[in-house]
Amino acid sequence: MASFKPTKIQVYPKLGEKVTQDTLYWKNYKAPVQIKEFGAITNIDFSPVSPHNFAVTAFTRIHIYGPFSQEPVKTFTRFKDTAYCGRFRSDGQLLVAGCEDSVVRLFDVSGKVALRMFKGHTKAVHLTDFTSDRYQILTGSDDYTCRLWDIPSATELNNYQEHTDYIRCGVTSKLNRDLFITGSYDHTVKVFDARVDKSVMTMDHAHPVESLLLYPSEGLLVSAGGRYVKVWDLLKGGQPLVSLKNHHKTVTCLSLSSNGQRLLSASLDRHVKVYNTTNYKVVHNFDYASAILSLALAPDDESIVVGMTNNILSIKHRKSPEESKEKAEQQRRRPSYRVFVKGKNYIPKQDDYLVSKPVKQHLAKYDKQLKKFNVSKALDTALESWTRLRKPEITVAVVKELDRRGTLKNALAGRDEQWLSQFLNFLIGNLVDTRFTPVLITPAEMILDIYQSIVGQSPVVDRQLLRLHDLLEKEIDYQKDLLEVLGMLDTLFASTCPRKEVPCSGISRSNGLAQGEASSTSRPELQVT
Amino acid sequence: MVEHADIRVVHRGGSIINFRQPVVTNDSRFLLCASGECVKVFSTSTEECIHNLQGHTDLVTGVLLRPSNHLQVYSCSADGTVRLWDFTDGILIKTYVIGYPICSLYASAKHEGVIFIITPKLTDKRSELFQLVAVHLPQSGDQLVETRELSAVLSNVSSKPAATAFGQGGEYLASVKGLQMEVYFFRKEKSYTFSLKEDNKKGGRNTFTCVACHPKDDCIATGHEDGKIRLWRNFNHKKEYTYSTLHWHHSAVSSLCFTPEGTNLLSGGVESVLVQWRYNQESQRDFLPRLGAAITHIAVSPDGALFCTSHSDNKISIIQSCVKVSAVIQGLVKGESVKTDLIVDPRSKALVLNGKPGHLQFYSLHRDKLLYNLDIVQQEYIHELGLDQFEVVKAAFDASGSCLATVEERQQKGAELEINLKLWAFDEQTQSFVLNTTISTPHDARITAMCFRHDADCQTTMLVSTSQDGHFKAWQLAAAAHTEEEGPSWSCDFVGAYHSLVPKCCCFSADGSLLAVSFQEVVTVWSPASWELLTTLSQPPGAIRDLCFGRLSCSKYLLGTTDSSLLCCWNLLTCSLEWSTSMDVSLLLSDPLSENMVAFCCESGCTDLFVFKPSEPRPLFSQKAVCSGRVTHAVFAPREEMLESCEESSQWLNRSQLYFLTQHMDLMTFITKVEEDRLMASSKQLVIDDSVAMTPFYLLLGKHRQEQQEDQDAVSSQSSERAPLPHSSVAIKELLQTPAHVLPSTTFLCSMFLQSLLIPVTDNREEKKHAEEEMESEKEEEDSSEEEMESSASRPEQASGSGLAAELAAPTLTKAQSRELRRLKKVDHSWLSELLDS
Repeated sequence: MASFKPTKIQVYPKLGEKVTQDTLYWKNYKAPVQIKEFGAITNIDFSPVSPHNFAVTAFTRIHIYGPFSQEPVKTFTRFKDTAYCGRFRSDGQLLVAGCEDSVVRLFDVSGKVALRMFKGHTKAVHLTDFTSDRYQILTGSDDYTCRLWDIPSATELNNYQEHTDYIRCGVTSKLNRDLFITGSYDHTVKVFDARVDKSVMTMDHAHPVESLLLYPSEGLLVSAGGRYVKVWDLLKGGQPLVSLKNHHKTVTCLSLSSNGQRLLSASLDRHVKVYNTTNYKVVHNFDYASAILSLALAPDDESIVVGMTNNILSIKHRKSPEESKEKAEQQRRRPSYRVFVKGKNYIPKQDDYLVSKPVKQHLAKYDKQLKKFNVSKALDTALESWTRLRKPEITVAVVKELDRRGTLKNALAGRDEQWLSQFLNFLIGNLVDTRFTPVLITPAEMILDIYQSIVGQSPVVDRQLLRLHDLLEKEIDYQKDLLEVLGMLDTLFASTCPRKEVPCSGISRSNGLAQGEASSTSRPELQVT
Repeated sequence: MVEHADIRVVHRGGSIINFRQPVVTNDSRFLLCASGECVKVFSTSTEECIHNLQGHTDLVTGVLLRPSNHLQVYSCSADGTVRLWDFTDGILIKTYVIGYPICSLYASAKHEGVIFIITPKLTDKRSELFQLVAVHLPQSGDQLVETRELSAVLSNVSSKPAATAFGQGGEYLASVKGLQMEVYFFRKEKSYTFSLKEDNKKGGRNTFTCVACHPKDDCIATGHEDGKIRLWRNFNHKKEYTYSTLHWHHSAVSSLCFTPEGTNLLSGGVESVLVQWRYNQESQRDFLPRLGAAITHIAVSPDGALFCTSHSDNKISIIQSCVKVSAVIQGLVKGESVKTDLIVDPRSKALVLNGKPGHLQFYSLHRDKLLYNLDIVQQEYIHELGLDQFEVVKAAFDASGSCLATVEERQQKGAELEINLKLWAFDEQTQSFVLNTTISTPHDARITAMCFRHDADCQTTMLVSTSQDGHFKAWQLAAAAHTEEEGPSWSCDFVGAYHSLVPKCCCFSADGSLLAVSFQEVVTVWSPASWELLTTLSQPPGAIRDLCFGRLSCSKYLLGTTDSSLLCCWNLLTCSLEWSTSMDVSLLLSDPLSENMVAFCCESGCTDLFVFKPSEPRPLFSQKAVCSGRVTHAVFAPREEMLESCEESSQWLNRSQLYFLTQHMDLMTFITKVEEDRLMASSKQLVIDDSVAMTPFYLLLGKHRQEQQEDQDAVSSQSSERAPLPHSSVAIKELLQTPAHVLPSTTFLCSMFLQSLLIPVTDNREEKKHAEEEMESEKEEEDSSEEEMESSASRPEQASGSGLAAELAAPTLTKAQSRELRRLKKVDHSWLSELLDS
């Protein structure tokens, strides 16, 4: 006696996002901590030394937050106007910031008052940074100049006036103390060497440059501006490597994950995209509530900090390994292990008489009904609201099974108004789903056949039938449009496909039929699944 | 044409065992069933076939235990004879010649020396009328007996065996036909007829299908076309009969049977559910559902312990008192058509074809046994007539047998064709195929052909399928792109088409570097590596029917057959036609182990066979009129051991054997003379005298037995030949290993044993002297051995016993001694050998 074979539930390919290693990694963050600032957050910078505090530049203040605190551990408020670009020195002791009032201030992280004030720019300074020898400061301003300052003496060392528009971003080399790069609204990115008084390299980004990023090896430079993120090869004299267009609004900020494998870009379109730096494919995407102005990643990707135009600073902390494991463990622990192994590890003794207990086959509810040939009840169980809404494939599989048994009509017949409207609702929801269409057309037709005579008696059912009618008309229109598009594409493909001569045997050439066949091409096409 | 007398076409395997009701012997150890022209004896515990009772020359139509001797069995056949057998030893005892074809056979304990048979009324074979005839079996010592005492009992009966039954141990006889039941009382010699109306109110069909009589009570149960069972009582009066109706079956009841005590009634039908009704408490029933296929016959063992059901899929299930199926004897399942073609599984060397609905069957050709059924569709089979079920229509194995591809389809009236392509991987742990990938709707229309790339060194496995939708698709096993946990799965690699023509067949070259796909008249050759169309070949008119690449030294040839009776051979190096010949080839096949190709040609209703090499102009072998009708399915099965045949004409059968299916679904094969002789010899050797089944374990032990027999032969026929040395003697070993309490007394054995341990010192001189002396004694010896042969024929236990005696006596020096010993041993030691055997 063979056991009952349960209904096969078809496994359909999952639509939407695929679960990859990247998604798992980037989803492993806790719910964001949100802090309201006084103005739009223009810059976030992490301290290079532990405990990796970060400076948040918003409106006229710079707040320094600890890695886990939600209150600022330190605040710099001595700005006359909007502050810009608060950045830490590589030892984490000093902080430099530009300001709308063209004065560049240098702070001690533990102090409150500015240690030095660098005056010389005539307009707002949006770019400040330390050089790698730690004794000089690079600044870039809206007066089209960028300057190098000496910290001890607070004097201007160099002044470059090569840009023809606002300088809004720049980086200094971490390996060479004389090298720095600036990006400007004049669409160019320029590489300067402090030992000569001219730029050594110029790259055209074709859009106002909003952000620059150097790879740790400093062979590659990433620039963001407009909707584009471009990667340049500095070692090849600034040759463009890739141009990425994944945002649909201006890209405002760039960041690199700590192992240098992933590049993050933030944009005014409220998205942060994560790229793989080997093939520059988007591997993950974060959504935020508002346009993003600034973005920073803590070392080891411990947290992602994003500043937005609606004055909100969002901090996402990484889940600790215990936390992420704990959840899985909790799920696993639910049925007691002891219950499962109860008596299983008993070894029968030599003289024991073994009574084998038949293993009871577990069947789903609808299968139990199908086993008893209760077709209507089986359909009812499959139409329970949870199954119907969450797992329509189960309902569809049961409908298919009933159809295979030739009893679908019996199961559909003799129903009341409420059931009928429920089933029609299900049909309306799933009929145009390409995965279910072939199966669900049969019951839809049967319903119409069976209940043809009572149309007009129930307003509820009539309304559903009208909805079904509308749905089908719409679907037909869609299909028509799609076929038109397909026709257009076919013409395009046919005209672009190269015609190739197929070698043909002498015998077949001797007869007229094969000649015509061989001279034309066959069009191999790849499977579109 | 050369006459090849040494190669014959023979039936091989696939015997039908569900043709008639099986019979269980009194001790429930054996099951007998009619199977083609012989009766098979199965062991109910091991499911193995123990004997083949051969002798009939036509279809065996009935098997029946002899009521007066439960160790003997009658069998009747369409050749007009009834034979009496001893089924424990497989010996034919008597043959009664009736002279008319017999449809079924009945007997009862009350009628000693009489059997009842159903024969056509006229001698004309086409007549539709049958009669029940009582045959008085003459008491005679002869083997072949002519029976002349025939007397008709009932005329116009149904030819079906289930339509007639004896009641109350033979007091009356019930027979049904159409809408009538006739009950004949032997004592009164009177018959009553009961008839039912054509249709009752509910539109049920009242036609009788089967009948069974209660063994103790006056009650007749009849089964009907509409699934009803009627229990008739009080039928010895024409007017006052009554009946009650039981209804559970939804379609015709095909078999009914009372248990020997009459407490239960068993019924079965298309639903494949065995229903057990309590007699007199009919509301209580037990069910044994899902027996696999429609029940055709039900039998109960005389002690009521075992039920047997025959099923429409050539299967007999043995059921222990309606609780559980204890054994299943499964024959080769033959449907109306072999859709999957014949395939040989490269791993198990089993023949694979579609069997039960939704299953693939693996059938061992060497053991003539069904190995297992692989469930392809994996759906609950609904036993109902007129349902469109999924059917396995295509199957293919890759070269190593680790991959299996199957196609199942279901065509519903007015609905789309549902096709599933399933790919299976062999699992070493469970030793069976595990589903890897299911592709639903791989093509828009029916799949016409499918083949794997046969390539040993290539890492990726590739499958090509062609379909009526005008495309061919290549499927490849590839690691899943995103999820690491899952293993590799199959995906589509390439879709090809050629001028929207319909592809018919596809074939990979032996090294897997070329793919040939035929599109009606045109053969396209593709490179699977780059999917480039390399060349096209064609030889109009006529669409290509079959394609085949040459193998080994002939791998540069591509052969094709066309609808317009043409066999073409293209040379792929020159891309030109090498040769072509006009013949209507219905099937072209290549031997995977050699260069040989086989073509079955259909000519004037008969099929001819040609075996040839593509490179040689003359065929290696040809045979006219292999069978009637077209041959569309054939396969080369590799042999287990190579045959060493030096004859040129039969060399093509050395490495593999050719099996084919005729129009009537008979599995046939070609057999050489050498092989036939060997088989005959082995079948004689393997006469099994007990219920020990032919298991590998038995064969292991059986060797001892065979050696004994051989030794015995050697001793009895050539007395001067020296017996083997005592220390190698099996009998002594056996003697030493046998427990002491089952042996004869020590004093009896001692001297003989000691003597046997002595190393015989003989020299030629002495022997010569003896030889003269022995001339006389040898004569006697031969006489006595003849005697012995006779006795062994009737009582084989004793034969083996004397074998042992001969074994023990073998090392002794003189014949006189050995003879004396043998006489001694003959006295009483059959029981000893019995014990040794068991």
